[in-house]
Amino acid sequence: MGRKVGIEVSIAISEAVKLANADVVAAYPITPQTHIVEHLAELVASGELDAEYIPVESEHSAMSACLGAAATGARAFTATAGQGLELMHEVLYVASSMQLPVVMVVANRALSAPINVWGDHSDMMAVRDTGWVQIVVENGQEAVDNVLCAFCIGEDKRVLLPVMVHIDGFHLTHVVEPIVLPDQADVDDFIPPNEYPLPLDPARPVTMGSFGPPVIYPEIKKRQDVVLRESKEVILENWQRFGEAFGRYYHPVEQYRAEGAKTLLMTMGSTSETAMDAVDRMRDQGMSVGLLKLRLWRPFPFEELLQAVRDADLLVVVDRAISFGGPAGPFCSEVKAALYNQDKKPKVMGFVAGLGGRDIPVGGFEAMVHRGMEIAEKGGGEILETYGVRE
Amino acid sequence: MSTSDEELTWREIEVGAIFTVPGTTADYQTGDWRSQAPSYNFDRCIKCGICQLYCPEGCVGQDEDGYFIADLYWCKGCGICARECPTGVITMVEETE
Amino acid sequence: MQNYTVFVPRLVPKKEPFAPGHRACIGCGEALAVRLACKAFPPNTIVANATGCMEVISSQYPMTAWRVPWIHVLFENTAAIASGIEAALKAMARKGLRPDDGTKVVAMGGDGGTSDIGLQALSGALERGHDLLYICFDNEAYMNTGIQRSSATPFGASTTTSPSGIKSIGQKTWKKNMAAIAAAHDIPYVATASHSYPHDLMAKVAKGIAVPGPAYIHILSVCPTGWRSAPDLSIRLGRLAVETGVFPLYEIEDGEYKMSLELPKLRPVEDYLNLQGRFRHLSEDTIKEIQERVVAEYERIKEKTG
Repeated sequence: MGRKVGIEVSIAISEAVKLANADVVAAYPITPQTHIVEHLAELVASGELDAEYIPVESEHSAMSACLGAAATGARAFTATAGQGLELMHEVLYVASSMQLPVVMVVANRALSAPINVWGDHSDMMAVRDTGWVQIVVENGQEAVDNVLCAFCIGEDKRVLLPVMVHIDGFHLTHVVEPIVLPDQADVDDFIPPNEYPLPLDPARPVTMGSFGPPVIYPEIKKRQDVVLRESKEVILENWQRFGEAFGRYYHPVEQYRAEGAKTLLMTMGSTSETAMDAVDRMRDQGMSVGLLKLRLWRPFPFEELLQAVRDADLLVVVDRAISFGGPAGPFCSEVKAALYNQDKKPKVMGFVAGLGGRDIPVGGFEAMVHRGMEIAEKGGGEILETYGVRE
Repeated sequence: MSTSDEELTWREIEVGAIFTVPGTTADYQTGDWRSQAPSYNFDRCIKCGICQLYCPEGCVGQDEDGYFIADLYWCKGCGICARECPTGVITMVEETE
Repeated sequence: MQNYTVFVPRLVPKKEPFAPGHRACIGCGEALAVRLACKAFPPNTIVANATGCMEVISSQYPMTAWRVPWIHVLFENTAAIASGIEAALKAMARKGLRPDDGTKVVAMGGDGGTSDIGLQALSGALERGHDLLYICFDNEAYMNTGIQRSSATPFGASTTTSPSGIKSIGQKTWKKNMAAIAAAHDIPYVATASHSYPHDLMAKVAKGIAVPGPAYIHILSVCPTGWRSAPDLSIRLGRLAVETGVFPLYEIEDGEYKMSLELPKLRPVEDYLNLQGRFRHLSEDTIKEIQERVVAEYERIKEKTG
């Protein structure tokens, strides 16, 4: 059933890629993702992972090489962060449109300028419309488990889409945690062989990536959207299968002491662990506060969200990214949009916090909940409410 | 996948919009772009095949007597064959309606 | 060499991996160059194609001119796509996931996709030593978007973004020497070729594919639309580019330069320039400047052939 080891999360992720037996790894160094690709290079150099390691000259080429590999039928992996993800941006759209199931770990990082290597969700939010499956995790174990699931989800014939697993830069990438690394035999049973249906193969010549004029472009885009939406069933199926095989279960919207709570904090990623402590404290003070942690960012889990908030009066959504000049943080905006047409819906208060690696302490979540309750009750509040920014 | 693109619904599109049938442009008529067509005087033809070699369309084939001749379904009438023919077999003549 | 061309066309492979019905302009030299290159492919060849004329004219949904496995992804990343394909073939053959059938990888792009926006990815692929052939089909401007200048546009050429005018001679810079840039990566094979010398072109493509490691071939491809030349002159213009020394044909094998064609005497550049509208505005002085540069460059390459 695996072995529990004290291991840096980045190293554990590389071990998961080894367990998944990737064929091609294309990588370019960028903090805070570097430990992942460094360790993968070591695993290839030592022969522990039989893969071609392509030390590309940019992230744009890292993603491109992965697409070439996936189109040939290989299992391809890369990792990046922040500016690297932005440099890949246009390639990301093509990956999903051409249905090439690459798996990528994104060590979420703030975007320049000023240059900042620490974690926030600016990079993840900037790529939310690129058509990838996006899974967000809050600790090392979840990262390992979801990298394994990502291969199953992406390569499933009903999906054939690229998958990002988002881990917060530094808060996850550089910490040592006790993590269960599954046994190879169990992983082999769990991940089916990658059988891309129409690979580049001289025996059966295909044309990939054709020119799509107006007469066909909308049909191709509609199909792509439907495939991504319907991938949720396959994601749920694989999380269930993973749970049965390894005993750890994942859900699109994770709940913590949320049952019956009148106020729900909503978070994504590593800060969720701090938010849980905040919820414990507030519960101890007799407040009716719970926590929702969004695990599945794309496809967005509309049904699960509605179900999770049905008893709440107030949602306090914490974004680690700004939508400059926009309605709120991107996470908050989407939650609001998802609820807008519901007859019975909670009020939604959004906060932006934790930019560029700034810590959000336990008290910070408490403060945001109190401020959210205050605005909800009395009205007012800023268009963009921030927490922890010096005035 | 050689159905007319105006008829395809989103449900009929292949994984990744990939085409599985090779070389389907062969069904596409580019001959109607033409304003002039090659005309042949095979008396001078040495069957060297230069016209076939230099055709950007790859539309020059051989008839049963071995003479090289452009398939007007694809021939766009560029006149390269006429210009390059070493023995002056080909002249380009204006197309008439 | 020209005599040779006359008498052996019948020995050229009949196969047409690049099918007719493509939508290239009338008299397109690049479509011809692609067609000829494809004839030289071994049976197991995968093509990665950059955005540009050839991608647009060959793959309009739902039709394809390709009879070989073909992929287009973006403009600037084709060498990286090809790198991924090559790596996948290697890994999958080693792991028994796909037969070890000697499948070859050819990447192709235009001069913009190669010498401008795709240069970084190309340099990476050449430097890493992937076993692939990269072919640049150089029509000397961004023709697909409407004849904008690239770094491969020749000095003096008028394009839509280097127009000639009272204060402009047209393109103010000399053509970027891509073959030399490729050769600077110390790759085993670099060559220049022209569609007007089909046997030479096909032999070079075959060699570039066969040689282990990266190979680069730069093919001058006449564009009647962008060069403002008569469509029927495409072959003649390709030949004149070579005979004037404007575009010398040579190979660089393991660093050794070799001229592909012995030219006892170069023709004057006017023979080449005068047939093209893009050079129509050039003054005698500018033509003289071009003539001197062409001769000097030609001599420089010839010297390298020792």
